[in-house]
Amino acid sequence: MFLKFSKQLDLHGLNPYLPKNIEILQVNLGKMCNQTCKHCHVDAGPHRKEIMDMDTMQYCLNALDVLQCKTVDITGGAPEMNSNFRWFVEECFNKGVKILIRCNLTIIEANKKYYDLPHFYKQVQVEIISSLPYYLPSKTDAQRGKGVFDKSISALKKLNEIGYGKENSALKLHLVYNPTGAFLPGNQKALESEFKIKLKNLYGIDFSSLFTITNVPINRFLQYLKDSGNYGHYMEKLLQSFNPKAAENTMCRNTLSVSWDGFLYDCDFNQMLDLKVNSSAQHIKNIEKEILLKREIITGLHCYACTAGAGSSCGGETASD
Amino acid sequence: MKTYYNPEDLKKFSSIGEFEPRLAKKFFDYYGEVFKEGALTEREKSLIALAVAHTIQCPYCIDAYTQDTLEKGCDEAQVMEAVHVASAIRGGATLVHGVQMMNKFKELSM
Ligand code: SF4
Ligand code: SF4
Repeated sequence: MFLKFSKQLDLHGLNPYLPKNIEILQVNLGKMCNQTCKHCHVDAGPHRKEIMDMDTMQYCLNALDVLQCKTVDITGGAPEMNSNFRWFVEECFNKGVKILIRCNLTIIEANKKYYDLPHFYKQVQVEIISSLPYYLPSKTDAQRGKGVFDKSISALKKLNEIGYGKENSALKLHLVYNPTGAFLPGNQKALESEFKIKLKNLYGIDFSSLFTITNVPINRFLQYLKDSGNYGHYMEKLLQSFNPKAAENTMCRNTLSVSWDGFLYDCDFNQMLDLKVNSSAQHIKNIEKEILLKREIITGLHCYACTAGAGSSCGGETASD
Repeated sequence: MKTYYNPEDLKKFSSIGEFEPRLAKKFFDYYGEVFKEGALTEREKSLIALAVAHTIQCPYCIDAYTQDTLEKGCDEAQVMEAVHVASAIRGGATLVHGVQMMNKFKELSM
């Protein structure tokens, strides 16, 4: 019913769809999370037991050298819930790579053992990326669960207190906006200035920048689209908004994603769909840069979320003017 | 069911150029320019469009600009306030004609 993504690439002369490089290693430390957000593409939650073990983490550390990655992007679930989380982050720090952590904020407030996380982040100069779908409680709680907004605000204040997200601070705190429903995100710059004004005026909060991310029609969000009768309309909107410039810069073209059990994927979304890389090196144990650079990226209808409008990736827009 | 309005027709708006391409192009170019950020932000323009859509009671425009204001980050309170502005102007416009009515009423009365 919808034009296949690979056909769309064909129409724009973008096939074969290959990586340009592997600059970022995105490591999923496990599916366990203290939240169960409605749109979560990981299907994460407190009940999930899939957690990366120390051996696999060691392979990831080796892979950073083999691939000569400049950045490690640590995600989950709530990655902090992995008992070897701090060891792994310190090892990455010792390697001198840039460390991004996708922190859901509420984890900082969840339990005494996490209260010192902001100080730990500061020590190892982590760049924090956190979801906050809206600057008012109602929409945030509707997507991320009751009470999440207040806890997130309290965590943001603690991060601000030690210098995260303040103007000209080297400690970066980015927020992620993703639409709370079946619509696409608006202009990243415009939303960022709106968020900056509102969060400052209402709660005295500062942050570095806002990343807008389009919800990808897989897992829980796909189910929501179907249950609410919005699936067809949402997909049509994604297809209509296809932007070839965004397709040139999708994150699969410079990022490699590793699952909790060490398998390799073109991106986090392919990981959740269990579409392993189209390569003979499918596990972090036997990683080989040259082979991986020659692989063709596996695409599907969900890829249209990365190429709509100004594009979308784990770092926000990819084809802004 | 046969109705005058079909939600699917909104998607066909651009096909209006089929019968008269030259004017349609001028219109869509103008439309695109109007909604670009200028002295007003795109978000402010979208809220104005939503309010006007209610004043002219155009179901296509209400559909399109509800979605557009959502995309621009507006919340329930903001879109509803925009509709109240439209409503107040409409209501006010009716009511202010009451002055004309009173003038005439007084003119004709002893
Ligand atoms: S906090 Fe993140 S990982 Fe956890 S349920 Fe929400 S979206 Fe998923
Ligand atoms: S969903 Fe993954 S594979 Fe598809 S375009 Fe986006 S990043 Fe690339």
